[in-house]
Amino acid sequence: MAFITANWNPLGEAFYRKIELYEMGWSLRDGLKECLVAAAPYGGPIALLRQPQRPSSSARPQLEIYSSSGANMASFPWKSGPVRQLGWTVCDDLLCIQEDGTVLIYDLFGAFKRHFSMGNEVVQNQVLEAKVFHSPYGTGVAIVTGASRFTLATNIDDLKLRRLPEVPGLQGAPSCWAVLTQDRQTKVLLANRADLYILDNTSCTPVTPPGLSLQSCSIVNMAVSFSYKYLALFTDSGHLWMGSANLKDKLSEVDTKVRTPPKQMVWCRRPKSQQPSVVIMWDRLLLVAGECTDTIQYTLDEESVCVAELDGVRIVGGSRHELLQEVPSACQDIFKIASMAPGALLLEAHKEYEKSSQKADEYLREIKEQSVLGEAVRQCVEAAGYEHEPETQKTLLRAASFGKCFLSNYPPEPFVSMCRDLKVLNSVREYTVGIPLTHTQYKQMTVQVLIDRLVYRKLYPLAIEICRYLKTPEYQGVSRVLKHWACCKVQQKEEPDESIAHAVSVKLGEAAGISYSEIAARAYECGRTELAIKLLEFEPRSGEQVPLLLKMKRSQLALSKAIESGDTDLVYTVVTYLKNEMNRGDFFMTLRNQPVALSLYRQFCKHQEQDTLKDLFNQDDDHQELGNFYVKASYKEKKLEARLSLLQSAVDEYNKAKNEFAAKATEEEMKLLRFQRRLDEEMGEALLGLSLQETLHALLTSNFHKQAEQLYRDFRVPDKRYWWLKLTALAEKDDWEEMEKFAKSKKSPIGYLPFVEVCVKQHNKYEAKKYVSKVTPEQKVKAHLAIGDLEGAAEAAIERRSEGEISTVLSRCSPTTDRALLERLNRARSTAAKK
Amino acid sequence: MSAHLSYGRVNLNILREAARKELREFLDKCGGSKAIVWDEYLTGPFGLIAQYSLLKEHEVEKMFTLKGGRLPAADVKNIIFFVRPRLELMDIIAENVISEDKMHSPRDFHILFVPRRSMLCEQRLKEQGVLGSFINIDEYILDLIPYDGDLLSMESEGAFRECYLESDQTSLYHTAKGLMTLQALYGTIPQIFGKGECARHVANMMLRMKREFAGSQTQILPVFDSLLLLDRNVDLLTPLATQLTYEGLIDEVYGITNGFCRFLPPEKFSKMQLNSAEELYAEIRDKNFNGVGAALSKKAKIISAAFEERHSAKTVGEIKQFVSQLPHMQAARSSLANHTSIAELIKDITTSEAFFDNLTVEQEFMTGVDTDKVNTYIEDCIAQKDPLIKILRLVCMQSVCNNGLKQKLLDYYKREILQTYGYEHMLTLNNLEKTGLLKPQTSTRNNYPTIRKTLKLWMEDANEQNPNDISYVYSGYAPLSIRLTQVLARPGWRSIEEVLKMLPGPHFEERQQLPAGLHKKRQQGENRTTLVFFLGGVTYAEIAALRFLSQMEDGGTEYIIATTKLINGTSWIKSLMDRPEAQAS
Repeated sequence: MAFITANWNPLGEAFYRKIELYEMGWSLRDGLKECLVAAAPYGGPIALLRQPQRPSSSARPQLEIYSSSGANMASFPWKSGPVRQLGWTVCDDLLCIQEDGTVLIYDLFGAFKRHFSMGNEVVQNQVLEAKVFHSPYGTGVAIVTGASRFTLATNIDDLKLRRLPEVPGLQGAPSCWAVLTQDRQTKVLLANRADLYILDNTSCTPVTPPGLSLQSCSIVNMAVSFSYKYLALFTDSGHLWMGSANLKDKLSEVDTKVRTPPKQMVWCRRPKSQQPSVVIMWDRLLLVAGECTDTIQYTLDEESVCVAELDGVRIVGGSRHELLQEVPSACQDIFKIASMAPGALLLEAHKEYEKSSQKADEYLREIKEQSVLGEAVRQCVEAAGYEHEPETQKTLLRAASFGKCFLSNYPPEPFVSMCRDLKVLNSVREYTVGIPLTHTQYKQMTVQVLIDRLVYRKLYPLAIEICRYLKTPEYQGVSRVLKHWACCKVQQKEEPDESIAHAVSVKLGEAAGISYSEIAARAYECGRTELAIKLLEFEPRSGEQVPLLLKMKRSQLALSKAIESGDTDLVYTVVTYLKNEMNRGDFFMTLRNQPVALSLYRQFCKHQEQDTLKDLFNQDDDHQELGNFYVKASYKEKKLEARLSLLQSAVDEYNKAKNEFAAKATEEEMKLLRFQRRLDEEMGEALLGLSLQETLHALLTSNFHKQAEQLYRDFRVPDKRYWWLKLTALAEKDDWEEMEKFAKSKKSPIGYLPFVEVCVKQHNKYEAKKYVSKVTPEQKVKAHLAIGDLEGAAEAAIERRSEGEISTVLSRCSPTTDRALLERLNRARSTAAKK
Repeated sequence: MSAHLSYGRVNLNILREAARKELREFLDKCGGSKAIVWDEYLTGPFGLIAQYSLLKEHEVEKMFTLKGGRLPAADVKNIIFFVRPRLELMDIIAENVISEDKMHSPRDFHILFVPRRSMLCEQRLKEQGVLGSFINIDEYILDLIPYDGDLLSMESEGAFRECYLESDQTSLYHTAKGLMTLQALYGTIPQIFGKGECARHVANMMLRMKREFAGSQTQILPVFDSLLLLDRNVDLLTPLATQLTYEGLIDEVYGITNGFCRFLPPEKFSKMQLNSAEELYAEIRDKNFNGVGAALSKKAKIISAAFEERHSAKTVGEIKQFVSQLPHMQAARSSLANHTSIAELIKDITTSEAFFDNLTVEQEFMTGVDTDKVNTYIEDCIAQKDPLIKILRLVCMQSVCNNGLKQKLLDYYKREILQTYGYEHMLTLNNLEKTGLLKPQTSTRNNYPTIRKTLKLWMEDANEQNPNDISYVYSGYAPLSIRLTQVLARPGWRSIEEVLKMLPGPHFEERQQLPAGLHKKRQQGENRTTLVFFLGGVTYAEIAALRFLSQMEDGGTEYIIATTKLINGTSWIKSLMDRPEAQAS
């Protein structure tokens, strides 16, 4: 503990520290000499392309991929063209940019994924230099060709090549250059000796950094900060200029007194940096220069590479992997020698407490007197996050926990989540995993991305452990990991389908939100159709299974899955697909076995393909529906003969369907139609298409009584209805004489009240009265009321001693009604009520 | 505009707001000025979600009705088609787009499918060669539309016909999806009860969808305690009966569509929105019509008394207070005037002899009087050629109340109908038979009387003014569907197992696991909330009966109602009719 500040170096007001992350596990014979190296930020993987020792020999270069701790992940001889540059994408894929402009993409384990080209023009002129950069749009590639032209691809997953304008006076490669992302635009900043230009899509603009004193010098190196906000330029006079990347402000200028062009130069900043700096590397020297005039110098004893991070710089060498960073203020406050900051006191207090010394109390009192205990706890928690050594983390957290005991209402959240975060971080920093993430980086990249990275490394158990530990919702966490695992599993060519399907189902089991169809799709891509089908069976979302099943030509299965999903549109989709794919017979047979699909297809045909509909009914021997079909069709026919023949077909079908009623009704309709036609022809009527009732009515009003009688008999029209019909027809044409004859012809099956009512309806009370006497006693009151004979109604009602009827009559009485009648009615009502 | 949605037990405005948000997001996706081309069927339902003002705020400048040929000229950047996923509509759209391309001004095309995208339709557009012309093809998931504070409707006219006649379960899929959306907003519904084939199918889909989305559930405390899914064909009787509540009668006489009612032109309020936003209407809508007069006159007295207060207002403060209440009072007065006129119009009908006779026959059927004989009233009505739908309602009712008609009787009625109204109604009769509304008696035993007695479907002494039982909504007949709901709440369906077996389709109960910590702890005396979903439609009288149950002091359950469509006997039978158009020879 006492030596915690041993590796601290002051730079201005701040301190810088260099801590060892790993002793590298690789054994490189010549270190990093003669190697193309690419190390991904956020503790990502390292790729090396070792050039053959004698360029002339036929020996091929070797491509090797390592974790940050130097564990080998892949290694294979490079068989493609000469490589200019290596780089990593945000998804941990390796980009190899060849001289001819081809970019080959490999995964972490050296498996080739795909390739693309930076343009035809490059093939001739060759790539002189290339850079891989990251922006909010993804990973991009920039190259400069032998013709001194720049080409950019902002996102390699959505490849759009942009050739930038020419730079005046530039021959060959520029002295140095960098890619910037500003105002949602990607630009290139380049130096051609003393001149500085900004290249964007449309123009090349000369720029001058404010206050760069030695104008005549050429710029030999430049560095853009992690966030693209700051820029550093190094001149051949050994001066370092630092300023904002938009070239509006200058931060400082330092004379390094080294004139050799540096091998590498990177920014070393952290969020809330007190003393941001630039790390410059030469063959044997590493120099840290900040805004102040001081510098820190380290000697390098081996070939190394600097990797810029969000909160520092990693230095990867042949044998060691170190992190150089500004000491965060919380750590400074606590560990600075003789610090009296609250956190430092709390740490002291806890130390004494562990020793069971009463001094603990003194320290605590001192903190509490200043009422900064909360602050002290916060500092300890924060500092723990910045410390790499688990022991130091624990000491700080214990101190924080101790301090918390003396606080009421201190929110537990920051402490708890820091403990969790550190547990996760320590587990991924583990040598075998080799992801040396800092807490700041972890927070920036989020758990989701960390899980992804572990998944890319096929570290599934660890990823699942972390998800479970952090209680990530299953479908974002464990399920996602398992899905990746399964996708990887199905690619194992040596294992048989059965065992893979079994393994997958056992492991994925009931895990929520697993998309088996995605896994199956992967299996299908690898040419394992059978496995894909087996896997699809585990997919709970039937709908998801359908497209893949169709793709694999398992249309029958697709159909039953679509039905299972309940999504009728999906069923329709499969049905249309089947229809085009199969011959008609098979298609119908398939539908026959799937009633849901069949009825949907019927619906479709009803609107779109009437003829198919008929075939469907035929196939099913559905005679009832066939009958209906012919009936419907008959109405579309203009010619009577055609109509009749369709109706005859309907009759046949109805008979087959044993629907006697329908067959008979249809026959009658045919008879009626023929009858109507005959009459139309003979008498010039327009009866065709009318109902029987309408026909009768038309005949009766046109005085074709004989024909009406005939129809009435032929069609066995019930007496009652016929009487009604005739009665109404006669009234309508005011044929009162005929009506009277009709009334007397025989006893009315509908009684005589209708006669009264029909007459009244035609405003003929005189005629109506004739029938009142014939009305049955029960209907007398109604009849009298209908003709407006209140007295008659009263008499009838009183005679029948019906309370209800008397009330009805009373309700019709008006103030002008005879008093005597009213009294009689009232009296009669009360007597009736008494009964 | 939508405040009345928030006052109920469940704030249905959340659903409306979610729907509006989605609409706005889609409109903003099509930047610049726009014209909407409407599938006419959708305008009614959309009116319940958003008014023109919302569309206007998002640069909708013109609206057209979808029809063939060339689109009307409009100087806008975007043309958006709002359509149901129907093939015939795709053909019209294709025609529009193709004729548009010939003109010079380029406009961007978009399609918004309501309620769901359809691969079949997109395929059709592709075949027509216009799929590529669309910049955005999106779906607007509008399944359940908030209709009132306690009422959701899918406004899907053909649902009953599709499900029970054509075995097309598309609307059930939308129902299940709609219920999933509802659960996403209001929490998982722990208990699902159901009766009927369709109910079973919907429940199955819901459980399947829940499995499919496992893990992505929202952590919301459940608002609904249970869901009851009821097939319309479990209770075919109720919609056939004439509704006797105020709202029910308005619907029977004038018809209410998408919450609006059109009265005949001489009335000054020719088109009126009817919902609980109108205080007076909310008070009287569910009353038996015989109780409406009294309620109106009581209200009239209160209002005139309130207006009288101006004479007693002496101090400036009192006058000020009076004036501040004036707008509200005036609104109340005009609302009173409107409803008094409507009630008078309806009274003219309900006091007519024809109405009385019809009702008498309905009640005879429902009480089981002579349901196995030819009914003379029906005969007379046919003889006088009363409207066919009226006849069909009565005949179906007789059939339902007799558990089918003897073949001879059935054939007699059918023959009478065909001879009187025309042979073409053969298809309609066939449809009614397929759905079970009309059927030949197969077993000798008529189980309707057992059902009626067990479920107490007929109450002799229905109190219309101060009801004490749901039977008041039909002046004696207690709707079967609502009795089932009532028994489920207390004492439970186990007590009526026998009757349930007589009704079509399975009955079931499912439980949905709630995430830990979301189990509701009910306060002492706190009511349960049940969502009752009527698959195939519900009548206003049934809704009134459920509201009555919700308000019962010791009821213990409050009901939210959802349905595929609000129906009455007439609209329902109409949806089942098939009418081939005869070609003029």
